[in-house]
Amino acid sequence: MPEDTADAKLCLLVDDSRVVRKVARRILEDLGFEVAEAGDGGEAMAWVRTAMPDVILLDWHMPVMNGLEFLRRLRKEPGGERPRVLFCSVESDLDRIREALEVGACEYIMKPFDGDILASKLALAGVL
Amino acid sequence: MTPQDRALIARLCAERAGLKVDPDKAYLLENRLGPVARREGFASVHDFVCAVRDRDEERLIWAAVEAMSPAESAFFREAQSLGCIVAEVLPELARRRDGGALRLWVAACGAGQEVYSLAMALEEAGPAGVRLEIFASDLCERRLEKAQAGVYSQFEVQRGLSAHRLVEHFEMADEGFAISPRLRQQVRWRRVNLVEDLTRLGRFDLVVCRHQLGHLTDEARARVLANLQGVLAPGGWLVLGGDEAAPGLATANDRPGFFSRAADSRAAA
Repeated sequence: MPEDTADAKLCLLVDDSRVVRKVARRILEDLGFEVAEAGDGGEAMAWVRTAMPDVILLDWHMPVMNGLEFLRRLRKEPGGERPRVLFCSVESDLDRIREALEVGACEYIMKPFDGDILASKLALAGVL
Repeated sequence: MTPQDRALIARLCAERAGLKVDPDKAYLLENRLGPVARREGFASVHDFVCAVRDRDEERLIWAAVEAMSPAESAFFREAQSLGCIVAEVLPELARRRDGGALRLWVAACGAGQEVYSLAMALEEAGPAGVRLEIFASDLCERRLEKAQAGVYSQFEVQRGLSAHRLVEHFEMADEGFAISPRLRQQVRWRRVNLVEDLTRLGRFDLVVCRHQLGHLTDEARARVLANLQGVLAPGGWLVLGGDEAAPGLATANDRPGFFSRAADSRAAA
């Protein structure tokens, strides 16, 4: 677990629920990530145009711009192919998970999740 | 549970299955036996243990012992070891077997995650044109039933299993996610107590028994290792956990947890 934040990977948390962001932030920081937050896809677009993160934890259903639309737009941004994107949603239907992967997510987390699941998925995504 | 209750369960576990159960771990015994007691219609674990003692009924005794057997299971645990089986060990064995079927056995499959992980890895990257017979066993009948059903909760499929594998190898089910019938049908199941004579099972080219030995008494561990060694075909491999040892078997330097029959030293090269 890196102590020095200069070596830490930057994870952008995109979720309209403050509670989810709070829980995920605590787990991610414990795992050594530097964490930034956005409340919807629009805010997240503004964020990635300023500083492209290494990892994005992305909710599906959000106001302004949903996760799927954000991901489509992200991949067209300069450097937007680089972040590893993990969807994190209440959607648990295999067709929806397949759709998220086809659009460019590398992993998918079904809510509710705990620290073990998040760590397992980050490891599978190759960022832990 | 009284200290006498815990001592009785620990003794039965050691006698019947060689399981090392610490009678001082009251929480563990209560936790494991609570569901069994409720299922059997007892008001408390203590009442259940009294029935185990007083009735001397095999079914109740085994319900207790099976509940205390190791239950930890996850998809793609020690994935590197699985990768080695699929990419290196099985192709080697297939070349030696020269067209014959290879027999694989996951000897303590728990709720099935380990054997299905192996089946998924084989489907994705296994040696082409090789006939495989996959067997799976566990001491616990209820876990074996769950394994055979192959249905897992949202929490279970998120531990170690990638989303890509989830959509590739599973279907939606009422109670969660069901492993695809094509994988489920590849596996043959059987309840096996590893401390008993295993020769009736025949010989296997590969036996996987990871993270079980540490739960056994010293005597049972030696017996189980000898039993597993006894069912290995010439040149066959025993795969334990990466940090587990198998005295008397030849180790492979670059493959932690992999052991071959000492009689066939070429297999370890």
